[in-house]
Amino acid sequence: MEKKLCIGRLQTILTRQALFGAMADLTVEIAGLRLQTPFILASGIWGETGATLARALRAGAGAVVTKSIGLEPRAGYPNPTIVEVPGGFINAMGLPNPGIDAYKYEIEEALGPGKPVIGSIFGANAREFSALARKMERFGASALELNLSCPHAKGYGAQLGQDPGMTRKITAAVKAAVRIPVFVKLTPVVASISAIGKAAEAGGADGLSAVNTLRGMAIELGLCRPVLGHGTGGYSGPGIKPVGVACVYELYDAVKIPIIGMGGISTGEDAAEYLMAGASALQVGSIVYKKRDRTFRDLCRELDRFLSARKYRSTRALTGMAHGGS
Amino acid sequence: MAQRALHRPRIVTICEKVVETPLVTTLRWKDATKARPGQYVMVWVPGTDEIPMSLSDIGNAKGIAVHAKGQATRALSKLKVGDQIGVRGPYGHGFRHRPGKCLVVAGGTGIACLAPLVEKLAQRWPRPSVVIGAKTRSELLFVDRMRRTGAEVVVTTDDGTAGRKGFATDAAYELLNRNRYTQIYSCGPEVMMRITASLAQCQSAPVQLSLERYMKCGIGICDSCSMGGLHICVEGPVLDARRVAHLPEFGRYRRDACGRREKI
Repeated sequence: MEKKLCIGRLQTILTRQALFGAMADLTVEIAGLRLQTPFILASGIWGETGATLARALRAGAGAVVTKSIGLEPRAGYPNPTIVEVPGGFINAMGLPNPGIDAYKYEIEEALGPGKPVIGSIFGANAREFSALARKMERFGASALELNLSCPHAKGYGAQLGQDPGMTRKITAAVKAAVRIPVFVKLTPVVASISAIGKAAEAGGADGLSAVNTLRGMAIELGLCRPVLGHGTGGYSGPGIKPVGVACVYELYDAVKIPIIGMGGISTGEDAAEYLMAGASALQVGSIVYKKRDRTFRDLCRELDRFLSARKYRSTRALTGMAHGGS
Repeated sequence: MAQRALHRPRIVTICEKVVETPLVTTLRWKDATKARPGQYVMVWVPGTDEIPMSLSDIGNAKGIAVHAKGQATRALSKLKVGDQIGVRGPYGHGFRHRPGKCLVVAGGTGIACLAPLVEKLAQRWPRPSVVIGAKTRSELLFVDRMRRTGAEVVVTTDDGTAGRKGFATDAAYELLNRNRYTQIYSCGPEVMMRITASLAQCQSAPVQLSLERYMKCGIGICDSCSMGGLHICVEGPVLDARRVAHLPEFGRYRRDACGRREKI
């Protein structure tokens, strides 16, 4: 029996080495989800179609988060919806999505590679959120991420998630509606992210995703007008990493539930920083623009090199390390 | 080395406007950025929208052939010399040259992105064959421009008002029976491209197609232009037929701004 287990374990290690050349244990478990790698594709990137989500999973993502889905089809804002600025991008897509019913086929396709698919949902109130959650669960989503943090949609996202009472109410309603794990995605554009994190925890959230984009704007000087069709948008990329790390650090002290860290992660060392701040898993978005299919393998290799060089056995060993020295 | 330009519109001034057909207008602006045949730019009409447009001129004056069919293209067609637009790019993979005899099959405004390619191909021997198809005589685009290159040009119209009566694919079928081609290029309605690709199978000549999907970011992030997980904005717009022929959506459905599937 023991020998069999050993061989099984050896096989896992060998497969992993063949895939990533990894030596440290990169697997993580978060709110009951087992991930082969700690890197999750963030919501809004590559997530409109199931085929592209499956592509990210095949390219080595531990899990994927879908585009945020609402009850009705929504076209989003007029273009330009994205503009590059120093440190990353500002985007204002405007929550485009085909509506929850049409999204069923995309979830089915995304589940093809057999890895967790996290359904992101947005609604205007607790009732809409729980209706969406029930459908996502029925379609096969492995977990949910509540978008209470989109920085530029009137009546949705951050407009709800900046209020602790609303955050708690919506989380509790969704938790009562489904059995799959529920993550709440938080906005950094608040006076105290701990207060919002605690409200989500009190509502029964299984984990937190932190952080969404920051509110930003770029103006075209030659035309004296904002570049983005919507005017303001969400700022993402390496420029917001210090903000994300600070939020995760603060949340780690405030809540007991696990945290998925994100915001400008482009290298293994960025990932290590988020882990030390208190994250148990990570999401990546803007870097996919540059590295595309290489994103996840490169990040795994770099994180493994970081862990191995410092004799850490696993990703899990790093979580919260930066809090030990006080 | 100059730093890579940011993905941000450059403001350019329209220096030339040519009304090509009742529906199609060419706009040109001075822009020395390097571009290859088949690449596209994201064109921003301030206050309206930003849309992908294939380049129909790739020299020091860049040009687009605008077919007024939507809100943004109608606004573009109304612009005058001296007006300003924003331009990002050129983006995407263009057509790749291969030595040998080439067949170019264009339907409707599809000739716009193929025209710079034909001008390059015609500089070498053997001269390429070009099929230009349109619904009717008044919608034929760039026929003189293509004849001037020295290419063998075959014109078809659905109603027979110019050239031979029939579809571009009918003429392509005859040319494929008569000549051996080493490379086939096509752009136009997707059903036409699907038929062209299957006709070409008998010659086992590689086929390069220029595809069109709803685009938002243009840089491979937002997934609006996904076709079976391929992003037309960065992996296309020119793709080998082998990479798309097996996809269930090729020639059958595309997605709207919401991401809903709609029949072609």
